[in-house]
Amino acid sequence: MSIKEKTTDLRTRMENALSGGGSKAIEKQKAGGKLTARERILAILDPGSFHEYDLFVEHSGKDFGMDKKYLPGDGVVTGTGTINNYPVCIYAQDFTVAGGSLGYMHAKKICKIMDHAMKLKVPIIGINDSGGARIQEGVNALAGYGEIFYRNTQASGVIPQISVILGPCAGGAVYSPALTDFVFVVDKISKMFITGPDVIKSVLGEEISQEDLGGARTHAEITGNAHFFAESEQECFEQIKSLVSFVPWNNTKKADAFTPKLPQKTFKINSIVPSDPRKPYDVRNIIKAIVDDSEFLEVQALFAANIVVGFGRMDGQTVGFVANQPLVMAGVLDVDSSDKCARFIRYCDAFNIPLVTLVDLPGYLPGVDQEHAGVIRHGAKILYAYSEATVPKITVILRKAYGGGYIAMCSSHLRADFVFAWPTAEIAVMGSEGAANIIFRKEIMEAEDQEKMRQQKIEEYKEKFANPYVAAAYGYVDAVIAPEQTRSFVIHALDISHNKSEAVPDRKHGIPPF
Amino acid sequence: MSKKEQKPAAVEANEADIVAESLEIGGSIYKTTLPAKYKNQKPYVPKNPHHVLAFMPGTVRKFFVAPGDRVEKGDKLLVLDAMKMNNELLAPVSGVVDKIAVKVGESVPKNALLVALK
Repeated sequence: MSIKEKTTDLRTRMENALSGGGSKAIEKQKAGGKLTARERILAILDPGSFHEYDLFVEHSGKDFGMDKKYLPGDGVVTGTGTINNYPVCIYAQDFTVAGGSLGYMHAKKICKIMDHAMKLKVPIIGINDSGGARIQEGVNALAGYGEIFYRNTQASGVIPQISVILGPCAGGAVYSPALTDFVFVVDKISKMFITGPDVIKSVLGEEISQEDLGGARTHAEITGNAHFFAESEQECFEQIKSLVSFVPWNNTKKADAFTPKLPQKTFKINSIVPSDPRKPYDVRNIIKAIVDDSEFLEVQALFAANIVVGFGRMDGQTVGFVANQPLVMAGVLDVDSSDKCARFIRYCDAFNIPLVTLVDLPGYLPGVDQEHAGVIRHGAKILYAYSEATVPKITVILRKAYGGGYIAMCSSHLRADFVFAWPTAEIAVMGSEGAANIIFRKEIMEAEDQEKMRQQKIEEYKEKFANPYVAAAYGYVDAVIAPEQTRSFVIHALDISHNKSEAVPDRKHGIPPF
Repeated sequence: MSKKEQKPAAVEANEADIVAESLEIGGSIYKTTLPAKYKNQKPYVPKNPHHVLAFMPGTVRKFFVAPGDRVEKGDKLLVLDAMKMNNELLAPVSGVVDKIAVKVGESVPKNALLVALK
């Protein structure tokens, strides 16, 4: 054959492989509001940047007539490309080819691109759309999952790992996303569970729909397995692009700096927080009042909304924010909010992203449910994560900081580098009402007018302790600042912490209360 | 940031006026909102040592006792088919069978009352 003939032959082979599961399967995929594997990759990456590898990989199944079947690319598309000129490795399972089922060579392709990502030290993005293990390949399919899980674990904290769930992801397949840093889901399209509704019905007799059991909303709101929720695939891709702009390529780098911008003037920091500690407000407005261009990318917005975590920029640099949310459950700490914020803190610490903590909380949530759900060990995760983190840690106490909540929210005792407090801050063992009732119980009981005495004692306590100055007198607060000084104090603190280095004990690893 | 998010004209304290729920912590009552997950919590009910409950959802296959029977602690009461296993449930205390709350063949949810002793 001449070169021309050979090139023509190559084109024919490529066309054959690129046809995926064929026009009928593709039509079915699209009817459900879904794009095909390659379309998804192209929608995420910069135009013209995608380079596909292993297009001619063939499956290795021999039993049950599989040796006579051709599965283009073995049901997964892998390659490299860029997002805003930022290099990434990417793979997408192709549901049109044997339901995106995972066989030995399918897994090998995924492992190969993951190994690339680790060597090249760039993020890995995995798009999941698969019916699960390819039963015909038996234990080799299981081996495939295991190899992926091992790589996910080795890559954890080294390169950013992003999972996108754009179809079913059931059984063992769910554990790769669970091991990665961020999981993206799309309403009505994503489905994740260990055992599906059919199994649950036959074994336990409980009936539940796929959507209620493991749909996008369920994972975004109830289980906390998902970090970003979108209404459509397109919105999901925009979220991925935004996230990638905030994080570094790998754990030896810092996130790219952007041109500094001032916050938008609509966010008036002086008039957002009511001075009465029992009145709510949306703490996200405080974040937007201090970050560049008021741009805040919230992570896990719908799960445990009593705490807010996410990324913003200050003077062009990426910052991870953790903030109590008085608008939801008064901003208390509980099992879910502890899990959510501890994990986020560890993410930021692993990837050199400074932490800014905004404090306004009444403490931990009381209740049998909480105690029995293990709020002790879950709450301990926050203490562990903050104490362990060596990135610059800056704390701003906006209002309430009571009891154990004060300690947990990156107090100076857990080695915050700088603690600032607004004049509205109340750093105390508990709220004035509760404290007065305990400390002055006798006086109140013996008074002629108990209610009058109670109010008087509450006022007395407030006057003396519900302020930032007692803590400032011990040096637990570095500076009491006016709200409008917050941005400049935080930016200065970040600037001078740029070369912060802290010795950590010589050990293999700690044992956090997982 | 969601594209649907509207930029307000001026963001100031106004949430205090729009939230209707409250939460008591440490003697203070805070105005706030309560998510469904919190509101759907079931109040705690102490365990009744005379009640035999379904430890997981399943189907009742067989009874070894009838109301009025005297049983000793550890006697077999019934068979609950759950997770493809025929589980024999035993009397937690000695006493008399007061009530059988389900029928043979009935599917029961987790924590359903099966047998009450007295």
